[in-house]
Amino acid sequence: MEFVSIPSNDFLAILPEIGLLLLIGFTLLLGVFKKNDKNFLGWFVAIGLSLILVIKLGFLNPGSEQHSAWGGMLQVDAASYFFQIIIIIGAILTVLFSTNQNKFEFSADYLALLLASVIGMNLMAAASDLIMLYLAIETTSIPLYVLAGFMKKDQSSVESGLKYLFFGAMTSAIMLYGFSFLYGFSGDTNLFKISETISAGLIPMGIQILVLLMVVAGFGFKVSAFPFHFWAPDVYQGAPTPISGFLSTASKSAGFIVLMRFLMTTFSSNPQNWMVLVMILSTATMLVGNLLALLQKDLKRLLAYSSISHAGYILIGVASGSQLGFKAAMYYLLVYLFTNLAAFGVAHIVETQKGSSQISDLTGLIKSSPGLAFAFLISILSLSGIPPFGGFVSKILVFAAGIEAGMVWLVLVGVVNSFIGLFYYLNLLRTAFSSGEESEKLRISPSWSLALIICVLGIVVLGVVYTPWISWLNFASTNLISLR
Amino acid sequence: MIPLSWYLILAAILFLLGLYGAMVRKNSIAILMGVELMLNAVNINILAFWHYHSQVNGAIEINGMVFAAIVVIAAAAEAAVALAIIISVFRNNKSIVAADMNTLKG
Repeated sequence: MEFVSIPSNDFLAILPEIGLLLLIGFTLLLGVFKKNDKNFLGWFVAIGLSLILVIKLGFLNPGSEQHSAWGGMLQVDAASYFFQIIIIIGAILTVLFSTNQNKFEFSADYLALLLASVIGMNLMAAASDLIMLYLAIETTSIPLYVLAGFMKKDQSSVESGLKYLFFGAMTSAIMLYGFSFLYGFSGDTNLFKISETISAGLIPMGIQILVLLMVVAGFGFKVSAFPFHFWAPDVYQGAPTPISGFLSTASKSAGFIVLMRFLMTTFSSNPQNWMVLVMILSTATMLVGNLLALLQKDLKRLLAYSSISHAGYILIGVASGSQLGFKAAMYYLLVYLFTNLAAFGVAHIVETQKGSSQISDLTGLIKSSPGLAFAFLISILSLSGIPPFGGFVSKILVFAAGIEAGMVWLVLVGVVNSFIGLFYYLNLLRTAFSSGEESEKLRISPSWSLALIICVLGIVVLGVVYTPWISWLNFASTNLISLR
Repeated sequence: MIPLSWYLILAAILFLLGLYGAMVRKNSIAILMGVELMLNAVNINILAFWHYHSQVNGAIEINGMVFAAIVVIAAAAEAAVALAIIISVFRNNKSIVAADMNTLKG
């Protein structure tokens, strides 16, 4: 029998994922021995993830190089590298927010499921083959379905898990039907090979458009874009709050890299089709998200609609299909990671102490916990796009990309929507900073304050010094534009 | 010899039936059955194309087989998780009818 030796490059390509797998094993093992000290497990996983992040930042930076690994299954380039970093940072913050609370049973399986979905997202960011793409999306989704319904005794949590599962399973089946046509007409599952068949004109235009619609259904679910956004408010409200934050940032980022990579590789020969589609989605997503957010009474639900509208802004960058557009979308997602995790973190802290996440529960936050109110102020100002915070820079970049691509009306819709958004964001701040009746002081555990400090620092740094980060994204966006 | 298009038409009919079932049915188990039907339609599609490409190339094509196997595995994992969540919904709610799930809305 002959053994085929696997090049060491291939192992380097999935080194972080191997590390994550080991971390899952250790976590489950420690979970048996450390039954009574759950918070220790949380710190253990956070430190393990930070170690993986350090390894990734220190040794695995691909620079401007791009190559495929595992026989074309994965594409190792700056884009996948950047998104994997976003996802791992998101996971660290989520773990920190999940520690030290008694709202749900925090256990080793919770952490193991979270890490499993991180593996799936990391692979999504790098996947360049239909089989790998489908497998990665399912590896991400299935643990997240369980996590959304993790509070087994809580009716709204299990309900949100079931809704998430049904929407996810349906859209992924539709996407898969599209994949089967791509495979059938090109005879290959590699995205680059499929792209060659499409540019050779071997796939009829009708089939191409059909496939495009079906595939965008699957990715639109992941990024919660307009006709596939129905799950988002219900799931964000019912799921454990750290998981809602994770869904709205890391899971969304993974959805966006897959969307950008898929559209740019597979449909690179005639981009006007998907540009029009993404423009329509973007307009509808912004409008629906912002207008429905105006009506909300629940903080988590409001953040869910705000997260839908932000997906719309990011889609402007994707729709432009230019290097600046992709760079803007990436920067937006990086800022959004810190901003939204801070907002959901505050919602989580308020919810664990007051029992519900109504907006009225925020009343008197400035008195009961000034530090928390300050973090909330910064994250909400960044969400509404007010300088000098990261949200302002990323919005400017996205709109600039839209103008550059000649989509002035789309940018106008975006600007109008920013004003609508300002209304409900400032309303939140008004509630938080009004002096209500004397309420007891909120308890903030060390892991929460650490996570909030990281978030606030991220928002401020990304808003004040942006040149180095944007030039850092040059490689990533160039890699997506120029294939191979 | 049955032409390729027949398989594709069968798969399309099954897929649409599954989609219809998943959208219209009220019972969670029935919705799950609809989704499974959609996934199986996809598998018929993939395997029909796989057979076609193998015959055209004159050699067994690997990608299609692997793809179909992976779809089966993922569908099984999804069904297992779905049934587990449905059971926990039943314990809380004493009902698995989707229309009764209305604690979250607005």
